[in-house]
Amino acid sequence: MNSPQAMPRVEPVLLPPNGVSASLRRIAALVRRYMYLLRSSGVRLVELIYWPFLQMLTWGFLQKYLAGTDNPYAQAAGVLIGAVLLWDILFRSKIGFSTTFIEEMWSRNLGNLLTSPLRPYELVAALSLWSIIRLAVSMVPVAIAAFFFFGFNLLDLGLALVAFFFVLVLTSWSLGLIAAGVILRYGLGAEELAWSLAFLLLPLTCVYYPVSVLPEWLQPVALALPPTHVFEGMRAILLDHTFDPTDLLWALGLNTVYLAAGYATFSWFLRSARKNGTLLQLGE
Amino acid sequence: MNPSTLAVSHNSDKAGAQRKEMVEAARNFVGDGTGGSDFAQAPVVVRDLVKRYGAVTAVDHISFTIEAGTTVALLGGNGAGKTTTIAMLLGLIEPSAGEVRVFGADMSRNRYDVAQRINFQSPYVDLPARLTVKENLTVYAGLYGIANAGERIASVAAHLQVDMLLDRPTGKLSAGQKTRVGLAKALLNAPELLLLDEPTASLDPDTADWIRRKLKDYARERNATLLIASHNMAEVERLADRVIVLQAGRIIEDETPRALIENYGRETLEDVFLDVVRGRTAQKLPAEPDRKAS
Repeated sequence: MNSPQAMPRVEPVLLPPNGVSASLRRIAALVRRYMYLLRSSGVRLVELIYWPFLQMLTWGFLQKYLAGTDNPYAQAAGVLIGAVLLWDILFRSKIGFSTTFIEEMWSRNLGNLLTSPLRPYELVAALSLWSIIRLAVSMVPVAIAAFFFFGFNLLDLGLALVAFFFVLVLTSWSLGLIAAGVILRYGLGAEELAWSLAFLLLPLTCVYYPVSVLPEWLQPVALALPPTHVFEGMRAILLDHTFDPTDLLWALGLNTVYLAAGYATFSWFLRSARKNGTLLQLGE
Repeated sequence: MNPSTLAVSHNSDKAGAQRKEMVEAARNFVGDGTGGSDFAQAPVVVRDLVKRYGAVTAVDHISFTIEAGTTVALLGGNGAGKTTTIAMLLGLIEPSAGEVRVFGADMSRNRYDVAQRINFQSPYVDLPARLTVKENLTVYAGLYGIANAGERIASVAAHLQVDMLLDRPTGKLSAGQKTRVGLAKALLNAPELLLLDEPTASLDPDTADWIRRKLKDYARERNATLLIASHNMAEVERLADRVIVLQAGRIIEDETPRALIENYGRETLEDVFLDVVRGRTAQKLPAEPDRKAS
């Protein structure tokens, strides 16, 4: 090794570590890290759009085919495409949250993060914010393509779309927190959970069919899940041209409970990982 | 220069005596950490620390204090409890019993009060491979709240000779380069307490020596406190003012490197280490005339 270079040393100017601005700074630093990661790989960027685009095409063509039949439900413009796009908001947001977290474990970076001044809630906030950014990157082009290919305009859902979006994203964060907590505690062996947890909701939240299709005993379970109200609401708008905001407020209330439960679960698993020493083995 | 010569050459008698006094004082400190002693402000106070994993006790009632400006090495065989101890100091592992205080903060409850004053490097963690060195350092500058991130990164990078690597993906670096980049991350916030787990593992002797020099300079110039877990005896002899030897989770020695060598009647710390892991304590050694032969 060469001898040290003669360069004037610059001391770090350390900003106060506590307070809202310090938290926002750390969240921004982490989001920047995720941005760097996405920028570093064109394949990842393409992949973000690839799957939802394929999904939209498949269901779009099915909708087009069914529109030529006598089934009045299937004839309603955009019910299937709308369901697919809204489902993808939930699914992609959940995947965005979980995979970004898993990425820290794949890269064996979690130890660095957890010993830095970054608080767990800041990590969660950064993951949540990044899941929305990823969602925008993947869903906006696909929603535009749905309009050009099948004439379905997601914006036709009007202001309800904003409410639908929030309900679905909040649910995805709840699921993401639970998956992240389990992976934190049990390591990458539990990685499959990150991918499969959202699919558990697919039959129960009635994405493609009304709640009335479910057996009676299962209907309360479906209605206890916030996304069910979104898909029911979407069908009400497209088929009956009605919108019931009370139903969505109920969904938002449920989401508050689920989000609190998700964060509590994540915190519990993090504490458990600290107790069991599994944070040291992560990524290995 | 062999390790024993190295140890002797950097330990003048006066400095050695001072270090011995310091070790003695730190070892005997049993204050409550709230005042009334110089050690109340000690960067690290560990009291009766225990970590159990089910039936296995990884760390077994250890206590020690580390004074500001000292470099302490944790020495021990595999599974002796070094990494677990460091992880508890960092707040990565919660103790089963006992207490860890860093700059007065209980690391189980208030580690964020002092997190900005600490940093660490370990072979158990990496920086994200896809990000460039500069991107990684920029992210950590943000996390540690460094306002002049650009200038600080340039300065640390130049000092550790990674400036020419700043635009390269971290995953494409050699082991030596990765270690220097990891150290750059660890020094970004100019930590008052630096925890290092095997800082020169898998490095060639030249790079390892260079890193040790940098660490020694850093500790001296800033009066920083260093805690190093290492298997490398030359490293420990060269860097450490004091050695805490762990075996099966317990502290079995707490001395200056020179005193350890003298107590065991050995020529190098490596010989002492072998004695320790094979269960031969200073008291159990054969009488003076036979020592060299054993």
